[in-house]
Amino acid sequence: MNWRTLLTVVATVVLTAGAAEAQISDGVVKIGVLNDQSSLYADLTGQGSVVAARMAVEDFGAPAKGLKVEIIFADHQNKADVGSNITRQWYDADKVDVIVDVPNSAVALAVNQLTRDKKKAFLVSGAASSDLTGKACSPNTIHWTYDTWALANGTGKAIVKTGGNTWFFLTADYAFGHALERDTEAVVLAHGGKVLGKVRHPLNTADFSSFLLQAQASKAKIIGLANAGGDTTNAIKQAAEFGIVKGGQNLAGLLVFLTDVHGLGLPTAQGLIFTEAFYWDMNDKTRAWGKKFAERNRGIHPTMIHAGVYASVLHYLKAVEALKSDDGSGVIAKMKETPTDDPLFGKGTIRPDGRKVHDMYLFEVKKPAESKGAWDYYTLRATIPAAEAFRPLDKGDCLLVKK
Amino acid sequence: MLGIAPQALFGQLLIGLINGSFYAILSLGLAVIFGLLNIINFTHGAQYMMGAFGAWFLLQYAGLGYWWALLVAPLLVGLIGVVLERVMLKRLYHLDHLYGLLLTFGLALIIQGLFRNQFGSSGLPYAMPAELRGGFNLGFMFLPTYRAWVVVCSLLVCLGTWYVIERTRLGSYLRAATENPTLVRAFGINVPRMITLTYGFGVALAALAGVLAAPIYQVNPLMGADLIIVVFAVVVIGGMGSIMGSIVTGFALGVIEGLTKVFYPEASNTVIFVIMALVLLVKPAGLFGRAH
Repeated sequence: MNWRTLLTVVATVVLTAGAAEAQISDGVVKIGVLNDQSSLYADLTGQGSVVAARMAVEDFGAPAKGLKVEIIFADHQNKADVGSNITRQWYDADKVDVIVDVPNSAVALAVNQLTRDKKKAFLVSGAASSDLTGKACSPNTIHWTYDTWALANGTGKAIVKTGGNTWFFLTADYAFGHALERDTEAVVLAHGGKVLGKVRHPLNTADFSSFLLQAQASKAKIIGLANAGGDTTNAIKQAAEFGIVKGGQNLAGLLVFLTDVHGLGLPTAQGLIFTEAFYWDMNDKTRAWGKKFAERNRGIHPTMIHAGVYASVLHYLKAVEALKSDDGSGVIAKMKETPTDDPLFGKGTIRPDGRKVHDMYLFEVKKPAESKGAWDYYTLRATIPAAEAFRPLDKGDCLLVKK
Repeated sequence: MLGIAPQALFGQLLIGLINGSFYAILSLGLAVIFGLLNIINFTHGAQYMMGAFGAWFLLQYAGLGYWWALLVAPLLVGLIGVVLERVMLKRLYHLDHLYGLLLTFGLALIIQGLFRNQFGSSGLPYAMPAELRGGFNLGFMFLPTYRAWVVVCSLLVCLGTWYVIERTRLGSYLRAATENPTLVRAFGINVPRMITLTYGFGVALAALAGVLAAPIYQVNPLMGADLIIVVFAVVVIGGMGSIMGSIVTGFALGVIEGLTKVFYPEASNTVIFVIMALVLLVKPAGLFGRAH
């Protein structure tokens, strides 16, 4: 064997090894939907996200492309330790390739770290903390739908500009609430407003009257609700009862979902202004998808989180197909370099820090008389263009971004 | 005091009292059931939730408003309780407390799961009755009429129940049946029926609290799941089976929790358990309980 043949043999071995690595692990792309299946975030994520993931796999046409995709789901009960255990089990024993959704920023931050350690892939739709693309950013994570910075920037700016310049925060006492309060406070201060006080309540609080009384006593013009799901609906409902709005103070729901508005009913929710990434009644494509989704989800229409799960899974599968591999780091890198295009968010991009960028929308809840029926709830007030909707790339302290 | 104006403090005390009303009605029901049946009724939270849903069903499907619901929903849920007692609970009286606890806990999970499956987790809106909308400006705070009504209603129901059990002939039968059922039977009193009806009454109390809660909180399948844990702590602090103990502790802990929400809000959902631990260390039978 001369040195030339030897080189060829070595090269062949290396190349085949490379090719073997760049295959679908164990022949199946396994998607794990991890979210709240039983508690206060179950309607806005929950089974709906599983339905959305299934629809993405079907619309992608996985079988026709020779791709075998499997979807499993689990309930993290809004506990970071439970979420971490499931994540480890999924990655180590169940051969899950990608975890999607994960509402509750505390759980998402834990999954984010584990995914990075195991070099898998993590597509965030449900969680809000902007730290996921900031100081906790990871080469294995993409944050798809929205984040606390975008919410603060959309809703906070709009309210301060229309005269709501003194604020009092009711904040859910965990990672998400803290991030949302911090990001909104920054926007309020930057636009010449003042924060008069804040109170932090435990997650899943039923009675807000004590906190609302403190907010009332502060005489702030705006009471900012840095919470979500059942906490937000209870706070809004009880604020009406305590005559907060009649007394001249206004509520700013910083994170409100379609299912919250449905649960509150229009008489209570009307006039609320908030920022979202998606509403089913925006164009023909979103309407068609929303209708199909609702049929499969007990009539409940999609929240922006469901839309984000669908779009992120779709883009993920495209990257897997292009790469012919489900290697976590590789697919995430491929997803970042490929422009996104899906029926729900339109064309968009993913930045090096993992932030998916698209337009955000400022919605106002309709008056009962304006609504043509169930789920016809929002009026579009303003579109925040993609370039302005999210935190500038160099402001997040993400180590993946070269300064 | 600690940077809080006395006026604000007064408002918080009142709010605490209002929340205490719910604790009081719920812990009263638990105390009545435990006193007579020796059953630790973990379905209480689910039955509270069923009361709220009952109000919603009645409005949605029968066109019956709040005032009817206040009467009909507890009756219906109480009736379901009676069936439950006849079919399942009565088989457990001769066994350890633990079996009753396991059965009722399992039932609670099943009921809540079924409701969540059907109605989701965001809850359903239930409008406040027109008569109770608005409120009074007390100077130091705005008191919604509805909350004032809840306190009055709760006090009436609690004191009424206490009176019936501690001061009437019927109550004396009940208490005697707890001490010595065989002897009471010998006097020609139908003890099993009395026990069944008592369970039904305890459950109806939970449902009543549910109807009272419907206009304030979301009518939500999970509304009882967290509350029940707190209410159990209240009962333990007051002393299992003590009627007056559960009422007084219910209101008092509402006030303490309310104050915590001002001085250290992050701890507001744990303060009751801290108190429970302290009470158990010092007085294991509870503040009003008698050691056996």
